[in-house]
Amino acid sequence: MSDTTAIPGIPAKEMAAKAPRMDGAASHPLVELTLTRFREFLREPEAMFWVFIFPILLAAGLGVAFRNRPADVLKVATVTPQLAQALRQDKLLDVQQLSAPAAEEALRTGKIALLAEPGADGAVVYRYDDTNPEGRTARMLADRAVEKAAGRVDPVAAADRLLREPGSRYIDFLIPGLLGMNLMGSAIWGMGFAIVDARRRKLMKRLIATPMPRPYYLLSFLLSRLVMLVIEVGFLLGFGVLVFKVPARGSVIDLAAICVLTSLSFGALGLLIASRVKTIEAASGLMNLVMMPMWIVSGVFFSAQRFPDVVQPLIKALPLTAAIDALRANMLQGAGLAQVSGQLLVLSVWLVVCFPIALKLFRWR
Amino acid sequence: MPSTSTTATLRVRNLRKAFKDVVAVDGLDLEVGAGECFGLLGPNGAGKTTTIEICEGLTEADSGEVELLGLHWSANAGELRQRLGIQLQETQFPDKVTVFETISLFRSFFRHGPAPVDVMTLVQLAEKRNARVGGLSGGQKQRLALACALVGDPDFLFLDEPTTGLDPQARRQLWDLIEQFKLQGRTILLTTHYMDEAERLCDRVAIMDHGKTIALGSPRELIASIGVEHVVEFSAGGAARALELAALRSLEGVREVQTQNGTVLLQVTALHRTVPALLGELARQGVPLTELRTHSASLEDVFVTLTGRHLRDE
Repeated sequence: MSDTTAIPGIPAKEMAAKAPRMDGAASHPLVELTLTRFREFLREPEAMFWVFIFPILLAAGLGVAFRNRPADVLKVATVTPQLAQALRQDKLLDVQQLSAPAAEEALRTGKIALLAEPGADGAVVYRYDDTNPEGRTARMLADRAVEKAAGRVDPVAAADRLLREPGSRYIDFLIPGLLGMNLMGSAIWGMGFAIVDARRRKLMKRLIATPMPRPYYLLSFLLSRLVMLVIEVGFLLGFGVLVFKVPARGSVIDLAAICVLTSLSFGALGLLIASRVKTIEAASGLMNLVMMPMWIVSGVFFSAQRFPDVVQPLIKALPLTAAIDALRANMLQGAGLAQVSGQLLVLSVWLVVCFPIALKLFRWR
Repeated sequence: MPSTSTTATLRVRNLRKAFKDVVAVDGLDLEVGAGECFGLLGPNGAGKTTTIEICEGLTEADSGEVELLGLHWSANAGELRQRLGIQLQETQFPDKVTVFETISLFRSFFRHGPAPVDVMTLVQLAEKRNARVGGLSGGQKQRLALACALVGDPDFLFLDEPTTGLDPQARRQLWDLIEQFKLQGRTILLTTHYMDEAERLCDRVAIMDHGKTIALGSPRELIASIGVEHVVEFSAGGAARALELAALRSLEGVREVQTQNGTVLLQVTALHRTVPALLGELARQGVPLTELRTHSASLEDVFVTLTGRHLRDE
């Protein structure tokens, strides 16, 4: 840009008298504030990554790692062709015929779960590690195959009917957990960081030097959060449902209500955390202090039931536990709002306690 | 602009403000007339920012009275906010938002005012319309801050250190803009610790030190009040200690002699007589001259005369 000292534009004569009030069309302050929120968020690639991409990567990664696989074929070995043939009758055994030293080596290094050797008088000796479940299973399968090949007839006929229902898999457990975690993270980070940053930059002080109605500032966070919520939840849920066939058995409206209440509660918590903090570092520390325990105990990745009974009431009182329990009940069991009223109550209490305190403590500078 | 003939739009009486054990403003009185550009000049820590923020309704005074545009903060805050333009010392606007978007945001808070695009053109940021704030230079950011102060078509403009940290070219550009607003008849209160800025822009100046006004008047009056027209500064190398200062004081036209870090400052009324006499005297004392400068008396010299210190203690 040219840095000339001359000023183009208004001729001096026109400037001599103060110009009458001009009215350049202005949009509503709440709209402008909310748009600013979106612009700041959408133009921050890191924020986009953490809110949209990260939960999906996490879901995909964990979903694949913990997928329910068909029963594994077990690797076993033997040293005689007769035994090999007998063992091959069982489809669940992958049988190799090896020389004695090679079989020994394979067993020791865990490449096979079991080694079947001929014993004295036509007997069979199974060599395996009985502390290893695979070894024990291989023992049962191998023995069954050997006995059958030798002519055993089972006295009772048995048939299998298999149950592989969506809803009982790890990914089904995980998606509502990630959803709850995401709602917490984006409400607390989104609110906390933006507020502390604006305070640190003295932008808040500048805003209150204008006639901006102060509630609009906080309201703009609420509005942008609600819009973002739809996108965020839609993204993760859509991914879970389409890619992993995670069930969504509850009513979508109930699910939306749970998400909104969760977001409001965490928003209030974020506001409380950010009410006075002046540096990003202090805000970060506080947010992690609040969120970290919930990541662990609230049942995002594994059931909260695993913690001792003594602490269960405490864990159940945490907002993330309540949110995740309600989301799981809705999605996996198709529960209505009445059935998760306990969880909704917990979330509401967090909201009505945190929000007034946050407003009371809040500092604009 | 004759300040006495206009009615005061800002009246500050006996203002006091203390932060913990530090007294920032200590019984300050001010009157700023309509259409006047009034400057608060003083070193860092003199209480300028505290004073201006009390007038802006951002800080509450411990005691004293502020009347602005005939209104009071306690009763008319909403109305006052609509009529003031404020530029704070260290506002950082959001980096990711563009110039136009920032101005539009601030415009939306005011009932009346020019269109964002007109303000943007006025502060010469039209070319930067879609540039993000994070990529602007220091001078451009200050002009953006100015634009955000102007979007409400203010009757009273507060500028807190508008050119601090800018390079000389950007400062001159900002001065030109501020002079335009003066021509538009706006009343301006600005703080600065640059004497040249105050001399150039302000109709009247209050020199502040330790929360009090120690001098008040137009820059010309204030400079005239110390009764010197020029300042001669010289260094005499390592020999400064041996100088007979008493002899310098009795030289023709010298009113005051001060030493600072080996530099000798003479306040003189008649440069053309003092300088030859000074050179003669130094030759007589056998002192080698390593540096010699003269300049016309400025507000800086007023401050030095009144306090014995420089505005900027470097």
